[in-house]
Amino acid sequence: MLMPVPDKAVMEGRDAFVAGLRVLIDDGLIEDPAELSAYSCDGLTAYQQLPLAVVLPRTVEEVSRILRYCHERDVKVVARGSGTSLSGGALPLADGIVMAMGRFNRILEIDYDDRVAVVQPGVTNLAISNAVAHRDFYYAPDPSSQIACSIGGNVAENAGGVHCLKYGMTSNNLLGLEMVLIDGTVVRLGGRGLDTPGYDLLGVVCGSEGMLGVVTEVTVRILPRPQVQRALLLGFATVEAAGNCVASIIGEGIIPAALEIMDRPAIHAAEDFVHAGYPLDVEALMIAELDGTPEEVDHLIAEVEAIALAAGASYAKASTSEAERVLFWTGRKAAFPAVGRISPDYYCVDGTIPRRTLGEVLNRITEIGGRHGLKVANVFHAGDGNLHPMVLYDSNIPGQLEAAEAVGAQILETCVEVGGVLSGEHGVGIEKRDLMHRQFGPADLEQQTRLKCAFDEKNLLNPGKVFPELCRCAEMGKIHVHRGALRFPELPRF
Amino acid sequence: MTNILAPENSSQLVDAVRSARADGTTLEVIAGGTRRGYGRPVDADAVLDVSGLTGVIDYDPAELVLTARPGTPMREIASLLASRGQHLAFEPTDQAPLWGGAGGAGTLGGALSVGLGGPRRPMAGGARDHFLGFEAVNGFGHLFSAGGKVIKNVTGYDLPKLAAGALGTLCVLSEVTVKVLPAPADVATLALEGLDDAVALRALAMALGSPAAVSGAVHLPYGADGLGDGPLTLLRLEGVPVSVAGRAASLQTLLTEVAPRARLIGGEESRRLWRDVGDLHPLQGSAEDVIWRVSLAPSAGAAFVAALPEGLGGRHFYDWGGGLVWLFLPAAEDGHAAAVRTTLAGVSRDGHATLFRAAEAVRRAQPVFQPLEPGLAALSDRVKERFDPDRILNPGRFYGKV
Ligand SMILES: Cc1cc2nc3c(=O)[nH]c(=O)nc-3n(C[C@H](O)[C@H](O)[C@H](O)COP(=O)(O)OP(=O)(O)OC[C@H]3O[C@@H](n4cnc5c(N)ncnc54)[C@H](O)[C@@H]3O)c2cc1C
Repeated sequence: MLMPVPDKAVMEGRDAFVAGLRVLIDDGLIEDPAELSAYSCDGLTAYQQLPLAVVLPRTVEEVSRILRYCHERDVKVVARGSGTSLSGGALPLADGIVMAMGRFNRILEIDYDDRVAVVQPGVTNLAISNAVAHRDFYYAPDPSSQIACSIGGNVAENAGGVHCLKYGMTSNNLLGLEMVLIDGTVVRLGGRGLDTPGYDLLGVVCGSEGMLGVVTEVTVRILPRPQVQRALLLGFATVEAAGNCVASIIGEGIIPAALEIMDRPAIHAAEDFVHAGYPLDVEALMIAELDGTPEEVDHLIAEVEAIALAAGASYAKASTSEAERVLFWTGRKAAFPAVGRISPDYYCVDGTIPRRTLGEVLNRITEIGGRHGLKVANVFHAGDGNLHPMVLYDSNIPGQLEAAEAVGAQILETCVEVGGVLSGEHGVGIEKRDLMHRQFGPADLEQQTRLKCAFDEKNLLNPGKVFPELCRCAEMGKIHVHRGALRFPELPRF
Repeated sequence: MTNILAPENSSQLVDAVRSARADGTTLEVIAGGTRRGYGRPVDADAVLDVSGLTGVIDYDPAELVLTARPGTPMREIASLLASRGQHLAFEPTDQAPLWGGAGGAGTLGGALSVGLGGPRRPMAGGARDHFLGFEAVNGFGHLFSAGGKVIKNVTGYDLPKLAAGALGTLCVLSEVTVKVLPAPADVATLALEGLDDAVALRALAMALGSPAAVSGAVHLPYGADGLGDGPLTLLRLEGVPVSVAGRAASLQTLLTEVAPRARLIGGEESRRLWRDVGDLHPLQGSAEDVIWRVSLAPSAGAAFVAALPEGLGGRHFYDWGGGLVWLFLPAAEDGHAAAVRTTLAGVSRDGHATLFRAAEAVRRAQPVFQPLEPGLAALSDRVKERFDPDRILNPGRFYGKV
C-alpha cells in the first residue's frame, strides 16, 4: 500500500513544529515514540505508521487553534476516534499529526421532548443508548463494535449495524454537527430540526472519512424502544434458498428490524464458540428479528415463518423469551471472534451486492478463495445485501497476508461487477482506495475530489485515504474566460 | 424570447451545458416547471428543460431500488410502485397548485432537487434519505455518477445527499436511483379534538416518544376539510391491521388525560387527510398570501408561533410533531421577513425559515432561504464553485451567488 511521499520540509522541521504545538496545548501532547506507537494503526492492523505527534485536545478552541497552526505550516492531520476502523481510515501519516478525540467524552444534553442527544464525538456509540435506556429510548445504529467505537468515528464512516435495514445508518439518524475546518473555522451544520438550510453539508460530511473537517459535537436522534423484539432462526439447505427467502419476505411487504445470514463455516465457528443452539446440518442460517407491539410481532413472526417454510426452510425456531432472543444473537454477534478461534488470522471484507446475485457471488467467493488456497466464512446483513466475507489466513506463513488481500480485492471487484459497491459500512480508507476506479470513472472521482478541495484546498486532512489520486485543486486555473472577462471577478480564485 | 434547450438524452444534455459554458450563457433548469416560483428568481439567459429525460430504467421490487430518468412524472412512478405494493416512503408532496399549477405535474427529479419530505419525515426520513445514486452533468459540462444502486453504500462521498434539495444549482440530473419500500397495508388516524397549540404539541411529543411508531404528527389549529374548523391534532399509525388497531388503542389510553376528546379515522379517509396535509390544504387561503416554512426543534414550535407579533393576521399549522411550522400570512412588502426571522432567532438557535411562496418582487428583495452564518456561507459558496465554476446553473436560486 503506497502512501503519499512524506513532505521533506515538514519532516525536517519536526522539532520546531512540535515545540510550537506544545504552546497551543498545555497537557495532551504525545511525542515520545514509545507512547506514539499506541496510535500507529487502527483496526486494519496490517498497516502501521508512527505520526509526527499526537494531540489530545479537550475544547473546540484547542481543536481550532491546532488545525489553524497545522494549516499555516502545511502539516497533515488525521483525526482519530477509538481506532476501530477496519479500512485504515485512522492510519497515521509520517508527516502528519494524529488528533485523537478521546477527551471529548461528555454527553452534553439529552432532550426527550425533541428526542435528541447532544454528545461530544469521543462518546462511544453504546454509551448513548445506555444513557437513555432508563427512559426506554435508544440510539438505533448498532455497529458490532459499539462498546468501543466513537460516535465521531461513526459519523466519519457512516457506520451501520444489524438494525439499519429498518432504522437506517448513521446518516439517517444524525441531525447536527459542530465541525472545525482545516483552517480553524468552526461551522455548525443542522441542529435539532429535521432539515438544514442551504446545501445538505451534514449529509455529505457524514461518511467522508475524516477528510472534510474534525467533528467536535454530534446531535443524534434517539428513538423509543419497541415494546417487543423477537427473533426467528431459519435454516436452509442452500445459501441461494436463504437469499430467495429474503426476497420473498420483502416481497410480502415486510421489513424486519434485522435480517442476517451466516454460511456453514460461520455457523459452525459461532456454535462451537458460544453454543447459541444453532442447527449444524444446514448450509445457511437466517436470523430474522421482528419488533413492535406484542400482537404485531406475533403476527409477523408467524408470517415470516410461513414464508420461510414455503421457501424451503428445513429448520425454524422462534424465540419465546428475551433470554432466548439474546442467545440467538450471541452467535451472530460473536462471529468475528469465533472465526478468530478457528484461524490464526482473518480478514473481514465489506461490500454490497444486489441481493438477487447472492447465490452467484457466494459461489464466486468460494472459488476465489480456493484459487489462493484460502477458506472463507461468510456473514451477511442479508436484508440490505451487505456482505462480510471473512478470509481465513495465517500471517506467519509467508505470502498468506498478500493472498488474503488479493482474495478480498477480487471479492470486492466481484461485488462491483454484479452491480454492487465496494463498501457497505466500513469505508474505503486505504484498504479499498486503489479499487475506487473499479466502481467510479475518472469524471466521478474528479467531482468527489473537487468537493474535498472546497473543504480542504491544501489537502491536509487525512490525505492518501479514499482516493487513489489526490485532488487537483489547481484546476481552477482552467476557468473559462469569456471574451477576456472572468465571470464574477469579485470571487476569490484558488 | 428566452432560448429553450430541451435535451432528450444525457449526451444532448452534456452538449447543452458545454455550449452554454463556452458561450457564457446561464441556464434555468426546469423539469415539470411546477416550482419555478420557489426560491429566488433566476435571471438566466436560457431555459434548460429536462422534462424530455423520462422513463423508468430499472425497477426490482425485491431489491427496494428504482432507477429512472429524472423527468419521469411522479404520477407514473407512484402508480408503478403502487402496482407492486410499494411507495416512496419520504412521501413527496404535490404542492404545485400553491403556485397556480395543475396537480400531479411534478417529476421525480424535481421532487429530489427540491428535497422536501412530507409528514412521514420524522419517522421515515426525507428525500435525502431515499436518494441513493445519480448520474448528472456538472457546470463543467462533465457527465459523472455518484452514489450507487444498492440500498447500503458508504463508498466515497455521499453526493446524493448534497444534490437532494440543491435546487439544480450544482448539477443537472440525468438519471436517479431511489430507495423504495413496501407501502403500509393499513393506516388509521387518531384525531384529538379541541386542544390549544401548547397542549397539542405536548400530546404530539408524548406520542412520538412512545413506542407506538407514529408516522405522522400534525396539529391543525383551524381544522381540516370535512372535519370542521376546530383544532384538530392528528396522529397517524401505519402497518399491519392488527398492529394499527392495537397501537391506536394504546395511544388513546396514553393521551386520555391531555386529550379527552379523541376519535379514530379509518383507512380511506386517513389517506386523503394525510395527502391534504402534505399538500398544505388545511391552510389554503388567498393566492396572494405569503407562505413561510419554518423548521426548528419540535419543542420550540408552539413558542415560536406564540411569539410572533400580534396583528400579523395569518394562519398556521404544525407538522413533524411541531418541528415544522407552516405560516400563511397576508401579503406584505417584506413578506413579513423581519417579523418571522426575528421571532425565530428569539426562540431557537438552529431553526430556519424559508419564504416558501411570495410575489417575485418580495423574493428579489428578501433572502428566501435562511441567511447562513459567514463561515458556512463561504463554505457553501466554495462547494458551488467546485461543481459549477462559472455559475451557469440556476444562478442565484439559493443565495446571492449560489
Ligand atoms: C470488531 C469490529 C466490528 C465492527 N463492526 C462494525 C459494524 O457492524 N458496522 C460498522 O459500520 N462498522 C463496524 N466496524 C468498523 C468501525 O468500528 C467503525 O467504522 C467505527 O465507526 C469507527 O469508529 P472509531 O471511533 O473507532 O473511529 P476511528 O477508527 O478512530 O476512525 C475512523 C475514521 O473516522 C475519522 N474520525 C474519527 N473521529 C473523528 C472526528 N471527531 N472528526 C472527524 N473524523 C473523525 C478518522 O479520521 C477515520 O477516518 C467494526 C470494527 C471492529 C473492529
